[in-house]
Amino acid sequence: MNDPVQAISKTDARALSVRAMLNAVVDPEIPVLTIAEMGVLRDVAVETLGLGEGGGASERVTVTITPTYSGCPAMAVIEMDIRDVLLQAGFGEVRVETVLAPAWTTDWLADTGREKLRALGIAPPVGVAAGKGVLFGLDPQVSCPRCTSANTHMLSRFGSTACKALYRCAACQEPFDYFKCI
Amino acid sequence: MMAAADDPLFEYLLRLGDNDLILGHRLSEWCGHGPVLEEDIAISNIALDLIGQASLWLDLAAEVECGGRSSDELAYKRDVLDWRNTILAEQPNGDFAVTMTRQFLFDCHHHALLTALLESANTDVAAVAEKALKEVTYHRRHSGEWLIRLGDGTEESHGRAQTALDNLWVFTHELFEADGVDQAVVAAGTGVDPAHLKAAWDAMVNPVLAEATLQRPADGWSIRGGRQGVHSEHLGYILAEMQFLPRAYPDAVW
Repeated sequence: MNDPVQAISKTDARALSVRAMLNAVVDPEIPVLTIAEMGVLRDVAVETLGLGEGGGASERVTVTITPTYSGCPAMAVIEMDIRDVLLQAGFGEVRVETVLAPAWTTDWLADTGREKLRALGIAPPVGVAAGKGVLFGLDPQVSCPRCTSANTHMLSRFGSTACKALYRCAACQEPFDYFKCI
Repeated sequence: MMAAADDPLFEYLLRLGDNDLILGHRLSEWCGHGPVLEEDIAISNIALDLIGQASLWLDLAAEVECGGRSSDELAYKRDVLDWRNTILAEQPNGDFAVTMTRQFLFDCHHHALLTALLESANTDVAAVAEKALKEVTYHRRHSGEWLIRLGDGTEESHGRAQTALDNLWVFTHELFEADGVDQAVVAAGTGVDPAHLKAAWDAMVNPVLAEATLQRPADGWSIRGGRQGVHSEHLGYILAEMQFLPRAYPDAVW
């Protein structure tokens, strides 16, 4: 019972189970994506604090997240939702820490997340963020998430939320959001 | 005074945060008044980015000060003479050409500054710079494309853009002037020398002005002092609006 190796592996298993619980926490602005799929969830650590009131072990869980954009208003809601889920799961102490480095990038979006975005009518980011920064570089060729036509035009580099741009498809005439690459 | 407020890094962080907060607040005045819906949304997004960045810088400033003031207190409980933003950032929105010209001149400086700060010896400073630079890259493209459209547009839009450029140019010199605070953070490896940003700024500004068929104003008379707390009359009005609630209802929560 006091074997530290066993204690560590048990904690790792616990962290995995916390990650599974956190699949219930989604981006409030794109509610089909979990914070893990968004790449917002960076780390989970569980420590045993000793015996709790009921005689069982009391645990402290620390969840580390990173913001997508500096001013993203969803972060406060995400932090609250993480707390809710884990306190309800019986953790004695829940800490949510925010880190800035390394800076969030759309390269961290999970493949499952990209498909969910497309199904929701939001075109997923095209290409990788690394290497961008040319003053007037070409915008990527974005396919329409509804009819898959490549004949689309950017209407505005800024869309309904900080992370999106606004496009229109010239084939089916539908406007759509593009999850822009950063 | 708080002991650690003498730390030049504190002053430097205020300058970074105050620029973002004041210009972010200015841009938010466009919300609901944009010339078209897409532009209304774009300006509000840029305002949101800047206010988010301001909160990161002022959080760091509060940490460095160790004086018990939070970033909210730094934002809402300082009066005009304690603000460290450049005078360019506080200039009124004017017409759309003024807003976009101010934005472009600011964005090019912001981009050069953040790029240089990636090398800061202070890892927190470098982390905020890395985060903010991604956002500012979008801001600069947006304002640059607008300036080209306005300058190379109709006679009316060209005239307005050139007038805006001529009027705002006097505020750009301040962006590249170093004082004791800058020298101290450069020596510590945590900040950058403003004068070293000029070449990068010119390399971004000149091609856009040329494409916009706008004439780069001659350098001459200039207005300075914002980074030392000497502001134009416009800052007080921004603070009056921005700080009203926390001053009228101290400790209000919502």
